[in-house]
Amino acid sequence: MANYPTDLKYTKEHEWARVEGNRARVGITVYAQEQLGDVVFIELPKVGTKVSQMQAFGVVESVKAVSDLFAPLSGEVAEVNAELVKKPELVNQDPYGKGWMLVIEISSPQQADALLTAQQYEEFLAKGGH
Amino acid sequence: MTGYDKLIFELSAPGRVGYSLPAPDVPNADPKALLPAKHLRASAPELPEVSELDVVRHYSRLSQLNYGVDTHFYPLGSCTMKYNPKLNEDMARLGGFARLHPLTPEAHSQGALQLMWELGRDLAEIAGMDAVSLQPAAGAQGELAGVLMIRAYHLARGERRTKVLVPDSAHGTNPASTAIAGYRVVQLKSDAEGGVDLADLERNLDQEVAALMITVPNTLGLFEPRILEISELCHARGAQVYMDGANLNAILGITRPGDLGCDVCHFNLHKTFTTPHGGGGPGAGPVGVKAHLEPFLPTPVVTKSDDGYELDWKRPQSIGKVQAFWGNFGMLVRAYTYIRTMGPDGLRAVADNAILNANYLMKRLEPHYDLPYPGPCMHECVFSARRQKKLGIAAMDVAKRLLDLGFYAPSTYFPLVVEEALMIEPTETESKETLDAFCDAMIQIAREAESTPQVIHDAPVTTSVRRLDQTLAARQPDLRWKPGRAPAVSDTRV
Repeated sequence: MANYPTDLKYTKEHEWARVEGNRARVGITVYAQEQLGDVVFIELPKVGTKVSQMQAFGVVESVKAVSDLFAPLSGEVAEVNAELVKKPELVNQDPYGKGWMLVIEISSPQQADALLTAQQYEEFLAKGGH
Repeated sequence: MTGYDKLIFELSAPGRVGYSLPAPDVPNADPKALLPAKHLRASAPELPEVSELDVVRHYSRLSQLNYGVDTHFYPLGSCTMKYNPKLNEDMARLGGFARLHPLTPEAHSQGALQLMWELGRDLAEIAGMDAVSLQPAAGAQGELAGVLMIRAYHLARGERRTKVLVPDSAHGTNPASTAIAGYRVVQLKSDAEGGVDLADLERNLDQEVAALMITVPNTLGLFEPRILEISELCHARGAQVYMDGANLNAILGITRPGDLGCDVCHFNLHKTFTTPHGGGGPGAGPVGVKAHLEPFLPTPVVTKSDDGYELDWKRPQSIGKVQAFWGNFGMLVRAYTYIRTMGPDGLRAVADNAILNANYLMKRLEPHYDLPYPGPCMHECVFSARRQKKLGIAAMDVAKRLLDLGFYAPSTYFPLVVEEALMIEPTETESKETLDAFCDAMIQIAREAESTPQVIHDAPVTTSVRRLDQTLAARQPDLRWKPGRAPAVSDTRV
């Protein structure tokens, strides 16, 4: 199903990670942005910040709610999508593309095994998603 | 009256004035000769130039746009929008209260101090606490003061704990107050019945936990049946239990936070105790504690002795002052008036009728909207518009349509644990006729979602402004008038 690309890994907090070598690109899923509604503000860490798996790395605010963003993998922030500060709507428009949030330099690659596959994530959503 | 949307600045006409002052009887002085240049502005402020009638008419028309409990049913969940008796206003306007300067010597303000002392005593009795500070100006400030007292308590015992547990159904102020007090917030899961997941609590309840913040009944309107077990568990691990008193209206005279094992509890006087809410405020959020936390109460505390009432500042372990002067005193007068008007039996009847009203409403609406956590509920109930969402009608659409039908909307999208949440709190002051009219409107909307959804998508059409673009407003906030700018034009105006 195109909503949940099979080359991504997912968290139960509705983030995705695209592992590319020793780096992972991170964002939130189609489901997450649908639940949030229009995103109006995003707070992201600075490059060089250490993040830990399933610890909060930032905040996303929509017209409905403010939510923590959780790191799918531990490591150091290598890149931040600076465009999101000016255009938070990219998260709604293109959550797996221009709406990416971070690139993490992964410190523990084996942590990826703990993440969900697209199929597992869809099953999780089917059961209520929380 | 609809459609009035002028700013006072937009009424300005050069040279128009609304005053006439007598000629000065001293020589005019040049400000430049009196004040240093750095304190002088380069140009005169562009204040609106308007007549007295312009001012009166402008604000009268704006006041007619007001929407409040005095004009409409206001079922905003978790806010306890009950009627505010006008007797409260009479008492707060008594000259001896209204014109009393906060720095009047204690010997000359005995009546006011007595009222504060008695209100603190009454609130302590209502909540089963041992002492109360009346200073905090809002529930969230009461929370902050409470968490700071818990921190001071642990530190006084030589314990430097770092975490506070907060259920995922909590008011957003709980994690915010906790974070401001310097703690890390750990979110607890709700179980399938909407209560605290005990296994998750046990898993997270280690020696680093300073406190659990809990709301009883919780934001789903459900009483936490294992609250005694929960508070015992916390105490066994050295953690304190903070009760968010936002929903105190549901348990007045039935049970008391202190009897449920809670160590700290705040009171929203603007919810439970009928002081004005929102625009008519300010709020007041007194905080009560058990005896072991009393040394840490904010200074000063009103005390009583054979010589009368005084302000006690000599409290070495106090967290200090948290509010200007002695709190929002006018609100204290109103809450005191309410408590003395109602008496113990009256306050108990408040809770009984608040619960009865919420359950009546829940039963009438249950066939038409999904109820993810079945009742019986306490003072409020939380529906989900997920059934309507499948037809393209979201909770926000239901809320907007209600405005057209003459009702304020319930809280939407809160608590976060309910998808498409519609959180309805009728309070005890509404009649059966009003509840029925509201239910009829909600049922009409559920039917329209199936038959004529466009009516809902177009709503509201009867209000002074149509749907506002809340996304644009949040992304590009436009918060004040700036000189020389053309009046804002919005395509949402009618």
